[in-house]
Amino acid sequence: MTVRVVLPAQLRRVADIAAATVELDVPPPVTQRALLDALEARYPKLLGTTRDRRTKQRRAYIRFFACRQDWSDADPDAPLPDAVACGDEAFLVVGAMSGG
Amino acid sequence: MPGVRVLVGTRKGAFILTSNRKREKWKIDGPLFPGWEIYHMTGSPADPDRLYASQTSAWFGQVMQRSDDGGKTWETVGNDFHYEGETGTHQYYDGSQKPWEFKRVWHLEPSLDDPDTVYAGVEDAAIFRTTDGGMTWSEMPGLRNHRSGPNWMPGAGGMCLHTILLDPENRGRITIAISAAGVFRSEDHGETWAPSNKGLVSAQLPDPDAEVGHCVHCIAMHPSRPDTLFMQKHWDVMRSDDAGATWYEISGDLPTDFGFPIAVHAHDPDTVYVVPIKSDEHHFPPDGKLRVYRSRKGGNKWKELKKGLPKKDCYVNVLRDAMAVDAADPCGVYFGTTGGQVFASNDEGDSWEAIAKYLPTVLSVEVQTL
Repeated sequence: MTVRVVLPAQLRRVADIAAATVELDVPPPVTQRALLDALEARYPKLLGTTRDRRTKQRRAYIRFFACRQDWSDADPDAPLPDAVACGDEAFLVVGAMSGG
Repeated sequence: MPGVRVLVGTRKGAFILTSNRKREKWKIDGPLFPGWEIYHMTGSPADPDRLYASQTSAWFGQVMQRSDDGGKTWETVGNDFHYEGETGTHQYYDGSQKPWEFKRVWHLEPSLDDPDTVYAGVEDAAIFRTTDGGMTWSEMPGLRNHRSGPNWMPGAGGMCLHTILLDPENRGRITIAISAAGVFRSEDHGETWAPSNKGLVSAQLPDPDAEVGHCVHCIAMHPSRPDTLFMQKHWDVMRSDDAGATWYEISGDLPTDFGFPIAVHAHDPDTVYVVPIKSDEHHFPPDGKLRVYRSRKGGNKWKELKKGLPKKDCYVNVLRDAMAVDAADPCGVYFGTTGGQVFASNDEGDSWEAIAKYLPTVLSVEVQTL
């Protein structure tokens, strides 16, 4: 499945990503964990920047949005919406409003 | 062309200020890594074009950067700082025990002779080392595993390892300082460590001359006399003439002996600079006057240096890693403020000029003499 991910500009600079949207091949079922695993495998410089390297716990000031819903605290192994899994909707990695 | 490069880390990016050896006109490049906190940016003594920067943010955590061309271009390198083995606990602000948790890199100390080897002091306090130019980092766990670890506690800024001194004569000797644990020294390249706080007295501790727990703010050493160390403690300016085995006070006639940075003149190991701050409560200069004090005698007798510095209404602070010297002749002295100014003196501190006035809060200042 080709999934689209929108990263904040700060992380695109860290990983030398020019495009605003990254396309990733994620094997089904498309979950938050599978998506982030694929992201970090393709861009190892992003390791540790959205979640802890070892525990895989989301960083406190990172939010995950999809289909206008906040998926930040959802089970990372829960399937993401079909619209994200098929690439119609992007998965958004966002710096929290309180983090700057 | 020979010149001076000032590396400035701020709360919202890094800046590189350059000048020729006269140090009269300055060019400011930056911000590099805009929006990120740059706790420290420094260069290798063995290769001045090799720079390292600690880039961190509440959003995205720790990122490390390396430049091989004097800061023109940068590469994101390794950011895996994991504690070795059992994590253990330290004392928290409320007196409870809390597990060690990596937060950020405060200080980078490149090896004296290998550009690929760098030591990193981190919060929660530990020391790491890379030998591959920052791609991978390994903890030197003997420090964190010292039996006194459960008694270490964070200073107001966090439990940071902020000072790393590499002895140019005794290559196995490393001296570090932690807020608030104090000084530790290794004689075996960082394998084992011992507290080095004899003579320090801290009224904020239940046992004022305890083995550990002192809030050491910064230590400076002149490479030609590495057994002599100068310390700015939470309160008190201190000196050791036996590589930190014992300390004695040299605050002398300073208007206040609270402060953060301390630096030694590049060509005279008896000339020392401090920036007195009113108190731990106030964190601004006495009477709203920003002053550097210089001792030509290794302490106790201090001269106020004020020409070119704000004479009134100045309430900035100067943080612990935000003062440095160059090795030009005469020696240049530099410091950055929480108000975003970088002040420079090209005459050993006799006079000062703001070479940057409107930067974000300055966290660190390092100088390379090219």
